[in-house]
Amino acid sequence: MKAPKLLFLSSILATLVIIASCGGKSGSEKSIELLNVSYDPTREFYVDVNRVFAADWKKQTGQELTIQQSHGGSGKQARSVIDGLEADVVTLALAGDIDVLESEAKLLPKDWQTKLPDNSSPYTSTIVFVVRKGNPKGVKDWGDLVNPGVGVITPNPKTSGGARWNYLAAWAWADKEFAKDESKVLDYMKRLFKNVPVLDTGARGSTTTFAQRGIGDVFLSWENEAYLIEKEFPGKTEIIYPSISILAEPPVAVVEKNAKKHGTYEVSEAYLKFLYTDEAQILAGNHFYRPRNPEIAKQFVDKLPALPLVTIDADFGGWATAQKNHFADGGTFDRIYQR
Amino acid sequence: MSKRRVIPGFGMSLGFSITWLSLIILIPLAALFIKAAGLGWEEWRELLGSPQVIAAAKLTFGASAAAATVSAVLGLLVTWVLVRYEFPGRRLLDAMIDLPFALPTAVAGITLCAIYAPNGWLGEILASLGIQAAYNWLGVFIALTFIGFPFVVRTLQPVMADMGKEIEEAAATLGAGRWTVFRRVVFPLLVPALITGFTLAFARAIGEYGSVIFISGNLPMKTEILPHLIIIQLEQYNYEAAAAIATGMLVVSFSLLFLINLLQRRIDWQNR
Repeated sequence: MKAPKLLFLSSILATLVIIASCGGKSGSEKSIELLNVSYDPTREFYVDVNRVFAADWKKQTGQELTIQQSHGGSGKQARSVIDGLEADVVTLALAGDIDVLESEAKLLPKDWQTKLPDNSSPYTSTIVFVVRKGNPKGVKDWGDLVNPGVGVITPNPKTSGGARWNYLAAWAWADKEFAKDESKVLDYMKRLFKNVPVLDTGARGSTTTFAQRGIGDVFLSWENEAYLIEKEFPGKTEIIYPSISILAEPPVAVVEKNAKKHGTYEVSEAYLKFLYTDEAQILAGNHFYRPRNPEIAKQFVDKLPALPLVTIDADFGGWATAQKNHFADGGTFDRIYQR
Repeated sequence: MSKRRVIPGFGMSLGFSITWLSLIILIPLAALFIKAAGLGWEEWRELLGSPQVIAAAKLTFGASAAAATVSAVLGLLVTWVLVRYEFPGRRLLDAMIDLPFALPTAVAGITLCAIYAPNGWLGEILASLGIQAAYNWLGVFIALTFIGFPFVVRTLQPVMADMGKEIEEAAATLGAGRWTVFRRVVFPLLVPALITGFTLAFARAIGEYGSVIFISGNLPMKTEILPHLIIIQLEQYNYEAAAAIATGMLVVSFSLLFLINLLQRRIDWQNR
């Protein structure tokens, strides 16, 4: 009677031990590792930044620094960090996605956005139109997007950070055009999304739909992604700057709880501060992000021209409010698809 | 333990099985239900009764059932060809059936989308006929057929291979025509395996996310599938709502699968 029971229990134990032994960590003092969790279109930019910063860090401290990058939709990345992806720093598409690291998991202090200059956003971007070569549908501004027969490509604002900027930029234009008459603005948004044949889950997915599958006439895109499309598909597309757009501030932050646990707080902070140096600002410009440093921004003004930009804080009351009014269940985005 | 079992190792193997099942199925499912229980009744009703969820549920279950049905019919045909005939390239064809199992579903989705998009090979032809395949419900159906198809073939294949020609020959000697032999002798023997294959394809299709997401277009109220709504809830850090939709799906799926199982038993019993 005893033997089978013992075997029964020990088999349970054995299974658990096997599973537990699959983990394990290794490390040494001479080398140090950093994980930067970022969003989709920053991949190429951070490859450059990491190379330069790692060399600098080695010169200063003698430590061999390896920076791992993780990219994906901004919201998804934030969720991974909440669920335990041990990022030392996050560099996401919008402040709302870093706010939740505080509200959901207390991974960093509530005032994280004041830790670094310029709302912790070392570079900015905006939303532009990408159209087919020669602009056959004559799309010049937000008002043209609702013309019949114009296919508009944007990702789903519920799943994509970039798409939220698209949505709010369109809203800002309509708000001005219709003098804050909300029913008219909603009607415009409704007609705009009637022209959207595909809602991809992320910005890169929409890029593929527009550029590779040939769907749609206008692609509402991150400015830097628009230039990437031009590079990848030369002579196929044109970039159109609308009369008004939105100042997108992709912020960066040290995930303090993780960095302190890994003993990487110092290097994480230095890494993010490095983004504000002239060297990194020029890299940002080269990758079609708008440098924060006005002197360096001037060098790129041919490529990245000035245009009137609304801001999330002044025009939409900050991310928490914008999220609640527009993108949460029952918000304006849900309403334009119902009925 | 008054009775000793004839086959040794019962305690140990049961121990392994229970621990393993708990770790990979029971504990995660329990966590799902606990999470879902965080919502009140009213919230449940409102969420699961919302037009968006209902539209997505119709598409998910409808397209899954349609895809599984088509997989069952075509799977029967393909299996028949693979088992009954010898021809050059049979092995290769046989191996190809498994591809949808091995291919990452995202790759399948992107590939199907490239082919069926209006500027793709087949999409172009379909578009000239006025049929929109990708970014439409049809795209969802195509993706689900692709991933469900091998389940039918692989469940039917061994049964058909074991069947032997004797009973057919016996039926023929008793004067049955070819059609009668198939309808009255062969087909009834295949039905249980066919239902199992259908069920597997159906169940797999309901939960499928990766391949559908690229081809469906994800338009709210039109081409959104339930797993995508779950992802949308997760993106909003609304874990309870995501768990509630998942639980709803699970309950409906389980009931459907249970019914199919009952049906299968009845057929089994009638065949006896």
